[in-house]
Amino acid sequence: MEQGSDNLMIELKNVSKTFNGRLVLDGLDLSVKTGESLVIIGRSGCGKSVTLKHIIGILRPDCGEVRVDGKDITKLNVKELNKMRMNFGMLFQGAALFDSLSVLKNVGFQLFEYSEMTLDEIKRRVAECLSRVGLKGIEDAKPSELSGGMKKRVGLARAICMFPKIILFDEPTTGLDPIMGDVINDLIRHLHDTLKMTSVTVTHDMKSAYKIADRIAMLYDKKIIAVGTPEEIENSDNPIVKQFVTGAAEGPINSTED
Amino acid sequence: MGRLLIKGFIGNFLNSTYRNIKVFFRYVGSLAILLFRTIFWMFIPPIRKRQILEQMNNIGVKSFPIVFLISTFTGIVLALQSAYQMQKFSAEMYIASLVALSVTRELGPVLTALVIAGRCGAAMTAELGTMKVTEQVEALETLSANPVQYLVVPRFLALIIMVPLLTICADFFGIMGGYLIGVGKLGISHGMYLKMTFDPLALKDIVTGLIKSFSFAVIICVIACFEGVHSAGGAEGVGRATTASVVRSFIMIIIADCFFTALFYFIMAK
Repeated sequence: MEQGSDNLMIELKNVSKTFNGRLVLDGLDLSVKTGESLVIIGRSGCGKSVTLKHIIGILRPDCGEVRVDGKDITKLNVKELNKMRMNFGMLFQGAALFDSLSVLKNVGFQLFEYSEMTLDEIKRRVAECLSRVGLKGIEDAKPSELSGGMKKRVGLARAICMFPKIILFDEPTTGLDPIMGDVINDLIRHLHDTLKMTSVTVTHDMKSAYKIADRIAMLYDKKIIAVGTPEEIENSDNPIVKQFVTGAAEGPINSTED
Repeated sequence: MGRLLIKGFIGNFLNSTYRNIKVFFRYVGSLAILLFRTIFWMFIPPIRKRQILEQMNNIGVKSFPIVFLISTFTGIVLALQSAYQMQKFSAEMYIASLVALSVTRELGPVLTALVIAGRCGAAMTAELGTMKVTEQVEALETLSANPVQYLVVPRFLALIIMVPLLTICADFFGIMGGYLIGVGKLGISHGMYLKMTFDPLALKDIVTGLIKSFSFAVIICVIACFEGVHSAGGAEGVGRATTASVVRSFIMIIIADCFFTALFYFIMAK
C-alpha cells in the first residue's frame, strides 16, 4: 500500500486517452485528497473536461487507472459503476438540465428514480437544495424559462441533492456575467465547506480558481505540469504556469495552438 | 496503356465498393448492437409507464389524423386508378378485392411506417441529438441512469405497439376509401363490395402486413435513436443527424419490405 493512499479520494494513474487518433491525455497523474477542493486549470480544449469525465467514468481511459475511494472504476461493470456514481454530483458547463422535466423533477431526479421517498418528502428535499443555492418557488418552471445563472444554480442543486461525497464542476462560471460568476464561486466554496465534500473543478477563469481552490493543478500538453496551493501557483517559477495565470499573450505557450 | 487505365479504373471501383459495403455493414452492426442493448434493458425494472404512455400518445394518437388522411386517400386513388383499367373489361367489382389486398399486404404497413419515420423518427432524432450536444445524455449517466433504458426503451416499446395498431387503422381506412369510390361512384352494391373485399382476404394477409409493420417499427426506433445519440457538432450536427435518420429509415424500410414480401411469397407459395 502506498503511503497516504488511504487519504486519497480520487487517484488518476498514468491515464491516456485518444480521440479519433488524436492524443488528448498522455500518462496523466493526479490525486485529490479526501475533503479537499482541487481546481484543474488549463487552456480551452486541453483535456480538462475529458479528465473530469474520466473521474466519473463517462469516459474510459485507453490505459491507466482511475481510483475512486480506493476502487479502480475502469474495471467496474455498468451496475457497479451506476452504484458508484451515487457518490458523485456533477455540474455541467451548460448545466445540462433535462428540457422535458420541471425543475422539481430535475433536482429530485435521483430521488424519484432510486429512493422510496414520498412526493412530499422529495418536494421538501428539493426545496432545501434550491434554498441552499439561493432559489425559491421555481419547482414548477421548465429549464427553458430560466436564465443562465439560474440554470447553473439549479444544476448545482441537482448535483448536491443526494449529498454526494464527491462533486465535479465543469467550467462553473463560463457564460455568466462577472457578478453571477462570483456568486457561483462563493456558492461552490460555501457548499464545499458546509457539506464537507471532495470537489474537483475545471476552469480557465483564474479568479474563480483562486477563490474555490485548496490546491490548483495545471494541465498542459496532455499532462499535469504543476500542482500547488493557490499562492504557490500564483508565484510559480514555471514559465508556462506564469504565462497562464497572468494571461499574457507572449510566452512559452503558443497562442495559435489548439 | 489503355489496358492499364481500365485496370486502374476497375481497381478503384472495386476498392470504393468494398469500402462502402464495409461502412454499410459496420452501420448495420452498430444498429444491431443498439437493438440488443434495448431489448436487454427492456426487461430490467423500473418500467417507466408514464414515459411509455407519453410516447404512445405522441407516436400513436397524434399521428392518427395523418395516417387516416393518407390511407383514406390512397384507398380512393387506388380504386379510381384501377377502375380506369377494369372498366374496359367490366370487372369493376374486382376493385374491392384489389384494394383490400394491396392495402393490407403492402400499402397500409409501408405508408404508415414512412409517415411515422418522417413524423416521429425525425422528432426523436432531433430531441435525442439536442440532448446529446447539450450534454444531457452524459448528465443522465452521471445521475446513474442508463441512457438506453431511460431514453430508447420507452420509445421502442411505444413504437412496436403503436405502429402495428396504426397499420390496422390504415388498413381499415384504405378499404373505406375504396368503398367510397366503389359504392359511391362505380355503382357496386354495398353487399357486393363487402363480399368482394372479405372473400379473398385471408387472415394471413393481415398478419403478414402486421409482421412487416412490427419490423418497420423496430427499424424506425433503432435508426432514429442511433442517429440521435451519435450526433455531434451543435445545431448543424443535429440537423444532419435528423436528415440521415429519415433518409436511412426510408431506405431500410423499403429494403425490409422487399425482403419480407419475397420471404412471404416463397413461404406461402410452397
